[in-house]
Amino acid sequence: MDKIIVRGLNLWYGDFPALINVNADFKEKKITAIIGPSGCGKSTMLRVFNRMNDLIEGVRVTGEVDIDGTNAVSPEADLIYLRRKVGMVFQRPNPFPLSIYENIAFGLKIHGIERNADALAGVIEESLRRVLLWDDLKDKLKRSALRLSLEQKQRLCIARLLAVKSDVLLMDEPCSTLDPQATERIEELMRELKNNYTIVVVTHNMQQAARVSDETGFMLLGEMVEFAATREIFTAPKDKRTEDYITGRYG
Amino acid sequence: MMNPRTVQKIAFFSLFLSTLLIVVPVGMIVVIIVQKGLPAITWQFLTDVPRQGMRAGGIFPAIVGTLYLVLGAVAFALPIGLLAAIYLSEYARDNVMNRIVKLAIVNLAGVPSVVYGLFGLAMFVVWCRFGASILSGALTLGIMILPIIITASREALEAVPQTFREVSLSLGASKWQTIRHIVLPNAIPGIITGTILGIGRAAGETAPILFTVAAFYLPRLPKSIFDQAMALPYHLYVISTQVPNVDEKVRYGTAFVLLAMVLTVNLVAIVIRYKFRKQKKW
Ligand SMILES: Nc1ncnc2c1ncn2[C@@H]1O[C@H](COP(=O)(O)OP(=O)(O)OP(=O)(O)O)[C@@H](O)[C@H]1O
Ligand SMILES: [Mg+2]
Repeated sequence: MDKIIVRGLNLWYGDFPALINVNADFKEKKITAIIGPSGCGKSTMLRVFNRMNDLIEGVRVTGEVDIDGTNAVSPEADLIYLRRKVGMVFQRPNPFPLSIYENIAFGLKIHGIERNADALAGVIEESLRRVLLWDDLKDKLKRSALRLSLEQKQRLCIARLLAVKSDVLLMDEPCSTLDPQATERIEELMRELKNNYTIVVVTHNMQQAARVSDETGFMLLGEMVEFAATREIFTAPKDKRTEDYITGRYG
Repeated sequence: MMNPRTVQKIAFFSLFLSTLLIVVPVGMIVVIIVQKGLPAITWQFLTDVPRQGMRAGGIFPAIVGTLYLVLGAVAFALPIGLLAAIYLSEYARDNVMNRIVKLAIVNLAGVPSVVYGLFGLAMFVVWCRFGASILSGALTLGIMILPIIITASREALEAVPQTFREVSLSLGASKWQTIRHIVLPNAIPGIITGTILGIGRAAGETAPILFTVAAFYLPRLPKSIFDQAMALPYHLYVISTQVPNVDEKVRYGTAFVLLAMVLTVNLVAIVIRYKFRKQKKW
């Protein structure tokens, strides 16, 4: 099953074409990695899926991004619904300067989901359990989230999405601020989450792409050069440019 | 050529001297007013009406008048100033119109206070037919402190990191929910500080209330916002220049009360700012 179907996607920052005729199918409940050199448009691509590019002035988009049967880039798309469904984990862990509890409750509050205190506490526990924070933090929910370690913060940011029932998780270099052990544990979590969520992860780290992803897209200068099963991309790339990148011939 | 060490010493000494030159007058004002004013402060002075042509009795109506004016000014200026600041920092695009608005606010802050007084006279006293009243005075003072409140609030709002807004929007919050739940709570300390500084300014100014509210001598409390009222800065001006043979103690006592009120208000602002700055961790 394809969760996100991208057809003929173009994006311009003013006059600068950042995405050029991109076509790709992102499979449901799989991890898809997007790799490519710096500035090739990976983050731009992710930000199309939840329309965060709308915040930048002078952005123009053409083409189609079909998520569960609705075109996410159409002007009529319901952004609130879309962003709830398609959650984003940022490069720098960015909990709000609130308590751990309130960080997760925030999404539920703005979407008017759980008003009942017991049910709210239940959802918060469930979300923290899923990111394996519950046992460590269950007695510290009132503490400021800013006092957590980087890894815990990043897990909390993931839990924040699970609580509003996102089913696509966009991760933009989610481990780039973490040490190798923490990175490994987050990757483990991603594998676990893939049973229920569709994950698209941007990474600079090719080993990471090879380790966690089922499919990989390689981008270069705004184009999706090759998009295939991860094993194929890393062992038998069809495009010369992909091969050059994999073997480390670009920066 | 002078020895670098000598130059260094001269430089240090002149810098130190300049700093001292700022501190000394401030310190002296405070010392003189405390020294001469404190003996006048009695329970009767604070709670009685002026008597014998303001040469005796107390200053209670002036204290109350100043409190009313300040509260009125804040009640008017805070909501408007805050909403304007939210519009300017969160919604306004960078176009000619909004640049003019921002420029106007900066310039409004530089307008001499007597001009506000004349404006208040023309606008509220005469045109709105509020007469010389607490209402006219409070509105005039409110307009005077608007730029302080807007500028402080804008700075506080803009100091909230952009990423918080992005994260909130990415969770599906609307722009207003983001402002309401994420931006405003983090900006409140700055907004409060700005408001308090505005209060201090409003409490101390004479010119804006001169034509709009101040009663020369009104030995009773105002009954409604359409009444005239006495106010501390104007009362001080009157007993210092317009009434002969006022005891020095009464004059310095009045100055002491005014100074104490303004300094207390500023002190509160400083404490709030300090406390929140220590808490902030991003
Ligand atoms: N707001 C913007 N305005 C103008 N150009 C932009 C903007 N954001 C990105 N770009 C340009 O678009 C191109 C793609 O940027 P993007 O951030 O998507 O790259 P990336 O692949 O995520 O890079 P990195 O690996 O460094 O994160 C770059 O050339 C960048 O300079
Ligand atoms: Mg990027």
